[in-house]
Amino acid sequence: MFNYTIRRLIFTIPTLLFISFVIFFILDTAPNDPTGNLPLTIPPEVREKIRISLGLDAPMYVRYLLWCQQFFINEPLNIIEQWFNITIGDGERLRVQSWATRSPVVDLVVERLPQTLWVVGMSYVVGVLIAIPIGVISAYKQYSWFDQIGTFISMLGFSVPTFFTGLLMIVIFSVHLHWFPSIYDTTHKVTDWSSLLFQIIQMIMPVMVLAFYNAAQLSRFMRASMLDNLSQDYVRTARAKGLKEKTVVLVHVLRNSLIPVVTVIALGVPQVFGGAIITEQIFKVNGLGQLLIIGIQGADIPLVQTLTFIFALLIVLFNLIADIAYGLLDPRIRYE
Amino acid sequence: MKISNLFMAAAGASLLASTAMAGSHEARGRDGHVNIIYWQAASVMNPYLSGGTKDLNAASMVIEPLARYDENGNMVAYLAADIPTVANGGVSEDLTSITWKLKEGLKWSDGSDVTAADVVFTGEYCMDPDGGCQQLAKFSDVTSVEALDDLTVKVTFSVAKPFPYGPFVGQETPIIQAAQFADCTGAAAPTCTDANFAPIGTGPFVVTEFRANDTISLVANDMYRDASKPAFASATLKGGGDAAAAARSVLETGEFDYAWNLQIAPEILVQMESKGMGTVLSSFGTLVERLMINLTDPSADLGDERSTVAHPHPFMSDINVRKALSLAIDRPLLVEVGYGKAGKPTCNVLPAPAIYNSTANDACQTQDIAAANALLDSAGWARGSDGVRAKDGVRLSILYQTSTNAVRQDFQALIKQWWGEIGIETELKNIDGAVFFGGDQSSPDTFQKLFADLEMYANNFSGTDPESYMGNWKCSEIPSPENAWLGGNMPRHCNADYDALVAEMAGTADIAKRAELAIAMNDMLMQNYVIIPLVHRGNVSASANTLDGVKLNAWDSELWNIADWSRK
Repeated sequence: MFNYTIRRLIFTIPTLLFISFVIFFILDTAPNDPTGNLPLTIPPEVREKIRISLGLDAPMYVRYLLWCQQFFINEPLNIIEQWFNITIGDGERLRVQSWATRSPVVDLVVERLPQTLWVVGMSYVVGVLIAIPIGVISAYKQYSWFDQIGTFISMLGFSVPTFFTGLLMIVIFSVHLHWFPSIYDTTHKVTDWSSLLFQIIQMIMPVMVLAFYNAAQLSRFMRASMLDNLSQDYVRTARAKGLKEKTVVLVHVLRNSLIPVVTVIALGVPQVFGGAIITEQIFKVNGLGQLLIIGIQGADIPLVQTLTFIFALLIVLFNLIADIAYGLLDPRIRYE
Repeated sequence: MKISNLFMAAAGASLLASTAMAGSHEARGRDGHVNIIYWQAASVMNPYLSGGTKDLNAASMVIEPLARYDENGNMVAYLAADIPTVANGGVSEDLTSITWKLKEGLKWSDGSDVTAADVVFTGEYCMDPDGGCQQLAKFSDVTSVEALDDLTVKVTFSVAKPFPYGPFVGQETPIIQAAQFADCTGAAAPTCTDANFAPIGTGPFVVTEFRANDTISLVANDMYRDASKPAFASATLKGGGDAAAAARSVLETGEFDYAWNLQIAPEILVQMESKGMGTVLSSFGTLVERLMINLTDPSADLGDERSTVAHPHPFMSDINVRKALSLAIDRPLLVEVGYGKAGKPTCNVLPAPAIYNSTANDACQTQDIAAANALLDSAGWARGSDGVRAKDGVRLSILYQTSTNAVRQDFQALIKQWWGEIGIETELKNIDGAVFFGGDQSSPDTFQKLFADLEMYANNFSGTDPESYMGNWKCSEIPSPENAWLGGNMPRHCNADYDALVAEMAGTADIAKRAELAIAMNDMLMQNYVIIPLVHRGNVSASANTLDGVKLNAWDSELWNIADWSRK
């Protein structure tokens, strides 16, 4: 298992390098220009100077290697310096700079992480907590009214886009009832009970919209997996042994059914970091998803490149984690 | 229900409290907090590193220029004691230098004195060749910026500048503190993140937290020159979302006090406003949505000579065709469909300020399909069997391009239909804004290359002086492969008389005479139909009904007078 993990980790290095190059190549060939969104009153000569000041006059491979140096060497060194409070070399090195904000991209990401994790992460947790019981009950009482309603609701969650449910909730709860704010306050700090209450109030709508969407998908997985296991021989054996029905379902069947679901959940975690672009936009959560969208709109190539690459990194990593988790949970699977 | 009652009660109570305190309306910070939403979030607070309106407006709360434009386009002294003119001796007789005097006793928000050295530094900061300064055009022809004494700055130009108010006037070129930015000049400019995110300023507010592309938190500046201002103790400038959501937060939920740039369907805005929580404001600058006719042949067969003056356009060279295109357009309907309160039909490419507005072309306000048809008939463009007019084997078939934008696509569809009625076939094309306006040399779809028969976009000029704007349509401004497709003369209009007017304006200081020249240039372009103006577009913003003192300004930052804002 350990050897397998090490081998997989080594293989990820060329994969990630290749991914980073592909991202860079695609972004570079995309027809977009960082000065494209500036007012037309800024004359072309000035635009050309701005492009040069952004380093756009260098050939592509130079800019790619520069990014690699900044991201793979300078940024980690900088993180080490900050963690251990030391200075390596002269401490002066060029970090990956966003073109729009002229500040280090990694700092922007760190600034955005809390709200994305709070809102999108919480919605994932809530989604899982809703999905598992619904999936279990739906499968155990297959074709009952509970199962029918559950199926209907999850189809709804699947097919109705979050930008619709989000707007619907804003119109009902913000415009008409004035219960919840329609705009998320990212500067809010939780210091006491009343500020925690405010945080919960402002998180309810985005979290519920996303949780509904996530739960719809996961509950279907859970239900299918439970149904597979409920008809297995070992279940009949367990019942024949005279075990209580609760023990049969919640201990024997549930544990076995969770194995594929855990993998699905692990594979979905990178999406949390990717932010829910549309939902963040609707509720003005301004997390990583919104940062990416602004970067794309403004042709902020270093920002988009770095963010996309971090997402790629997380996806590769969580694929590995899912594989390992599978091996740990299911004794029948052994990696050599 | 209960909670909303609670809100109402709280609102009522605060209303009572504010009426009770009406007598003591003098202290700084008396009105608490103001919430402003810009759906495009500010990226940086340094206007020299970002030309985006959102960034300029955000910065205008903190750093100020020597003079600003008020809501009518008149100059108001901010850091300067007064506006220098030739009459008061501030501008030299030969128009090559301007001498500004700073107000006495000005302090930066850190308590230090504002001196002429800061102004000189600001000039050097932007004119540094390695800095990539986005406002460099404001400093064109400046040879030196020098401090004569602690409060006096002299700006010298290499040529006579009849309108010497480019540098240090308006939201684009505010004064930054030399002490703070001393190590941030040239190539180092982008590395000073702290300074760029929280510049030390003279304005009514000071940044306490800057979250790039998200939210800016500000508090009142204790050192602000008027002890009774600003009325608000703190402010939040939230960014993100979209225009409709921003409008909703002011007009429907009341969470925010002011929302910027609400370019959304006019009927939705009217419906939101009817809730009675806020007011939709509009103001008109110089932004005109226009059609630029290509007077040169864009045919792909011409290779490198495509859309260059070497080949005149097969049918757009005929003024009758151009005039018919203009006659067939129903401008009031376009305004109603696309802009509502945010637009006015216009027949001029230079519609404002008022003294520059020509009245000679107003006939275009009424659509006249019959006249357009008659004109084409008499010019020999006969309808073929497919209903499309042709002459000598040349069919009137137009490729009409613009950027991707819902309103522009509506306009395209309407105009295509009207042109169909006069026997002109139209093919529509839309290009992503970042590509269309991007100026990428390798892309065939930029608005400068104009590989189409005509194109539609909006343009304006900053400030109130139209000299450089009208200069866009002289011969030397024609984009071509020789000048790397730079230049603003999209129609490829070249007329010696026009160039003579441009040259004359460059040497004229008298404002009335300048207006006369600008109108003559505008009329020349309009009556030759090389540019077909459609809509004079305004800024639309929304202000909560509890907010007092908002004066929407199309000539400067929308937050230009935020020091005067207060709670009713």
